[in-house]
Amino acid sequence: MKLNTKISTQVYGCLLLLPAACLLVLFTHYPVLETLKSSFFTTPRGLREAAFVGLENYSMLLEDDVFWQVLCNNAIFSLGTIPVSVALALIMALWVNGKLPAKSWVRAAYFTPTILPMIAVANIWLFFYTPQIGLVDKIVTALGGASHNWLGDPATVLPCLIIMTIWKEAGFFMIFYLAALQAIPPELQEAARVEGAGRWYFFRRVTLPLLMPTTLFVFINATINSFKLVDHLFIMTKGGPDNASSLLLYYIYEVAFSFWDTAYASTLTIVLLALLAVLAITQFVFIERKVHYQ
Amino acid sequence: MQKGFWHYLEWTAAWLLAALWAAPLLYAIWGAIHPGEFTTHFDLTAPLTLENFREAWNTAPFARYFLNTFMYVSMTLVAQFIICTLAAFAFARFEFPGKNIAFMLVLVQMMIMPEQLIVKNYEIMSSLNLVDTIPAMGLPYIASAFGIFLLRQTFKQIPLELEEAARVEGASWLGVLLKVYVPLARPTYLAYGLVSVSHHWNNFLWPIVITNSVTTRPLTVGLAIFGAPESGVDFPVIAAGTLIAVAPLLVSFLLFQRQFVQSFMRAGIK
Repeated sequence: MKLNTKISTQVYGCLLLLPAACLLVLFTHYPVLETLKSSFFTTPRGLREAAFVGLENYSMLLEDDVFWQVLCNNAIFSLGTIPVSVALALIMALWVNGKLPAKSWVRAAYFTPTILPMIAVANIWLFFYTPQIGLVDKIVTALGGASHNWLGDPATVLPCLIIMTIWKEAGFFMIFYLAALQAIPPELQEAARVEGAGRWYFFRRVTLPLLMPTTLFVFINATINSFKLVDHLFIMTKGGPDNASSLLLYYIYEVAFSFWDTAYASTLTIVLLALLAVLAITQFVFIERKVHYQ
Repeated sequence: MQKGFWHYLEWTAAWLLAALWAAPLLYAIWGAIHPGEFTTHFDLTAPLTLENFREAWNTAPFARYFLNTFMYVSMTLVAQFIICTLAAFAFARFEFPGKNIAFMLVLVQMMIMPEQLIVKNYEIMSSLNLVDTIPAMGLPYIASAFGIFLLRQTFKQIPLELEEAARVEGASWLGVLLKVYVPLARPTYLAYGLVSVSHHWNNFLWPIVITNSVTTRPLTVGLAIFGAPESGVDFPVIAAGTLIAVAPLLVSFLLFQRQFVQSFMRAGIK
C-alpha cells in the first residue's frame, strides 16, 4: 500500500514534468546536438546530401577573416558597453535610492529605454546619426564641425552603436543594483553616521564591498547580453560598412539565411554557445561562492 | 551649508542624466507631432499635427501587426503559465528518480536561448510545417527555464502545512496546486508575466526568422520593415509609427511603474 502510493507519486511527478520536458528537448537539447552534428558536415544542397567533413568547417572558420573581424567587433562592443553601462547603473541606483527630489520621475526616465524594443530605439537613433539632417550632425555643424556619415564610416560606426546600447542597457542593470541596495540594512548607515564616517568613506568601505556579488552578476549578465544583442543591426547598419559593425549572432544569421550555408552557420553557433557556456559557468561558480559567504 | 551645495550639485547631475535618458523618446514625440520642417527646428510655436500618425497608420498595416503581436504574446504567456506551473510543482514537491539531472537539463535553457539556435529551430519548425505561423513564434519559449525556476522557488517557500490541510480535506494533487500553490504565488505570476510580456512584445530575431507574411508578422518585424532606410519614409512618419508600436507597453509602464520595476527586480534576484 505504502509502496504503491510512493510509486504513484513518482509517476505523477514525472507526468507533471512531461510537457515541459518534451518542449525543452525539442527546442533546446535536440537543436544543440543537431547543431554540433551539422558542424561536422557539409551543407546539403538540392539533391546532394550532407557529407561528413570532420573538422573542415572549423579550419575554414580559422581562416575566415570576417569571422575574426566579427569576433573582434564583438569584443570591442562588449568592452565599450559593459564598463560604462554598469558604472552608470550603479550611479543611477545610488541616486534613485537616496533622497532625490522627483525620484520616481528620474527612475522612470532611467528605466524607460529598457521597456522600448531595440527596433524602436534603432529607428529613433538612426535618425540621430543620419548625415546632414540628423540631430548629431546638426549639433556638430552648429558648433563649427564638419558633417560626417557616422554609421557609414568603419571608424565611427561601432562607437555610435556602443553609445546607443549604453543608453538602452544602463537602466536595466540599475534595477539589480537597486534591489541590492535595498537589501543593505539601514542600521549600517546609522552606525557609520554615529562613528562619524563620511558618505564617500561609507560608500567605499561598506556599500561597494556589499555590492560586489551584484556587480559580478551584472557584469557577467551584461557580457552574455552583449553576445545576444543584434536587433539594431537589422535597421541601422546590416553589419556594414564592410562588416565593421557586424556581431557574432548577426553573422550567424547572415550565413544561415542570406548565404544559406547552414553547416557553417552551425559551426559559428557552436563557437557562440561555447563562449556563452564559459560565461554562464563562470557566473554559476561566482554565485555559488556568494551563497557560501552568507 | 557646504553639504547643501554638494547635494544640489548631485541632484542636478541626477536630473541632467534623467533628461539625457528621456531625450530620445521625447524627441521622437516632438518629431511625430509636428510637420516635417520642424523636425530639427525647435520652435515652441510650431503647429501641432496628427498627420504623421495618420500617414504611418496608412503606410503599414499596424492594426494587423498589433493583432499578431497580441495573439503571440498572450498565447505564449498562457502556455508558459500552464507548462511552467506543472513543471515547477513537480520539482518543488515531488520526488522521482533523476529529478536533479532533469532540473540541470532545464537550467541549460537559461544560458541557451532559442535565439542562438535559429538555424536548427527553423529546420524543426519547417519539418513541423509551422513556418510563418503565430504559434511558431512562441513555441520555443514556452517551456521557459526561467519561469520554471522562479515558480519552483516560490512553491518551495510555501509552508507544507497548508498543503497537508488541503489534503486532509480530500483535495487531489491538482486541487492542491490550484487551490493552495497558484493563489499564493500570485506575485510571482505577476512578475513573471510582466517580464515575459515585455520580452516577447520586444522580441525580434526569432520572429523575423520564422515569419514572412503580413498575417503573422509581429509589430517589431513590421516596424523594422517600416523604419528601414530603403522604405523611403521620412523621420516624422517613422517616429509616429514607432510611437504607435511602443505605446501600449510604454503607457502601461508609466501607469504601473512600480510593479514593472519590482518585477524586474524579482526577476533579477534569481
